[in-house]
Amino acid sequence: MISFEKEYFNLGFIDKLAYKDCFMQSIDPRVKIITTAAFTIVVVSYSKYELTGLMPFFLFPMVCSSLGDVPIKYILKKLIFFSIFPLLIGIFNPLIDTKPVFFFMNTSVSGGWISLISIFLKFQLTFSFAVIFIATTPLPQVCAALKRLGVPDIFTSQLMFLYRYIFVLAEETMKMLRARGLRTFGEASISMRDFINMAAVLFIKTCERAERIYRAMLSRGFSNTIHSIKDISLKSADLLYLAITTGLLIFFRLYDVAALSGKAITRGFLR
Amino acid sequence: MSHHLVEFRDVYYSYPDGTLALDGVSFRVLHGESVGIVGANGAGKSTLLLHINGTITPSKGSVTIGDVQINAKNKQDIRKKVGVVFQNPDDQLFMSTVFEDVAFGPLNLGFSKDKIMDVTTGALSQVGCLELKDRAPHHISNGQKSRVAIATVLAMSPDILVMDEPAANLDPKSRRFLINLLRNFYHTKIIASHDLDLILDVCQRCIVIKKGKIAADKPAMELLSDSKLLEENNLELPLTLQRR
Repeated sequence: MISFEKEYFNLGFIDKLAYKDCFMQSIDPRVKIITTAAFTIVVVSYSKYELTGLMPFFLFPMVCSSLGDVPIKYILKKLIFFSIFPLLIGIFNPLIDTKPVFFFMNTSVSGGWISLISIFLKFQLTFSFAVIFIATTPLPQVCAALKRLGVPDIFTSQLMFLYRYIFVLAEETMKMLRARGLRTFGEASISMRDFINMAAVLFIKTCERAERIYRAMLSRGFSNTIHSIKDISLKSADLLYLAITTGLLIFFRLYDVAALSGKAITRGFLR
Repeated sequence: MSHHLVEFRDVYYSYPDGTLALDGVSFRVLHGESVGIVGANGAGKSTLLLHINGTITPSKGSVTIGDVQINAKNKQDIRKKVGVVFQNPDDQLFMSTVFEDVAFGPLNLGFSKDKIMDVTTGALSQVGCLELKDRAPHHISNGQKSRVAIATVLAMSPDILVMDEPAANLDPKSRRFLINLLRNFYHTKIIASHDLDLILDVCQRCIVIKKGKIAADKPAMELLSDSKLLEENNLELPLTLQRR
């Protein structure tokens, strides 16, 4: 299968996940936006040498992925694919920061290695939580939530149209690539000339479609504002989710849960 | 005067690139009439339909709906009376869920929330797509998209229904469903299509457009039996008449 087609179906897969009938999908999108932002801020707020303090936060993506029925394999795939970015950010840390921080099995470990691992862990946490947010919230709901949170109508409308028509544009591209594939007899790479021609045709098609959509909108009484019939409102489950998430975030940030539980376990063994 | 009347008086229209799409078109459609518009590809059918709700305005001549001549100022009011179903349902369905798409028109008409819920549910039931209401338009089949596109217009309860190739994406069963639906719509209907059997089933009158001009305007049965006229316009006898 052409890789573009794979990506198209991948996009469709995320979209279908977001429409599943699960707990995470039923949570008010505003609550999800706030908790995702709070989670990211709390995780990033840790010092550059922090490792153990970050560990308890893995509880969030693990629980939320299971509550939203998001396959772990899917999240891991995305994590592996994008892990190159935190590695690129921290790759020179071991060379710059050579001060030994602690000894592990008679070997000194420099601060640079610890900070590289810390960056990597922070990325894993924030990225996996963001993936779960995207996979459990349909984009129209994100738009509605952003609108309610005060983002101007013009941005949310643009985002909604982008979401609606990215599938149509992808289908158009797929059809063109298929048509080309049928007449190039196995030649995989596209010459620059062909690429420019195809991009130009797609651009013209997009403009023409935009004009037709605008006509259809005008025909149904559009006057520069998109009204929505569905009003989002907070339910008790949303408040409960918000309270538990923020409560745990504050608790994990204030107390080193990993150290505390370590102590508790050791005490248990000693008794 | 009836709001359901449509009158074209000597209408000319040229596209910005100079193509003359309508070349002196005049006709009158009365209240409750069903009129089929047929012709070869590029004859000017779609351009003609776009004039009926003021999407495009004539270069010369006039289009009148009821007793109001369409102009830039009254376009919005005209669009409340004229519902247009476009050829490609992907152009018509731009909202994120089927329900929101069908509710788009009624919301712009300023209906109350209860009325919007009623008309939207009613229109979706009418086209047999109520179970799709929470689905995203890009996750439904082309046939379903076509039916939902029709519902978007029915929800606005238009006085005049205008359709461009309504059966293009439909399977035979859905097409039959559409024909029955149109037969039960008692207001004025103007339908452009290459599906001459559908025109024969739904319309009493038929207009042939050739190179932007009206080539014939007769009762549907008489016109669609004229094989010579049809052949001159890249058309064929409807299948039901070929069997006779």
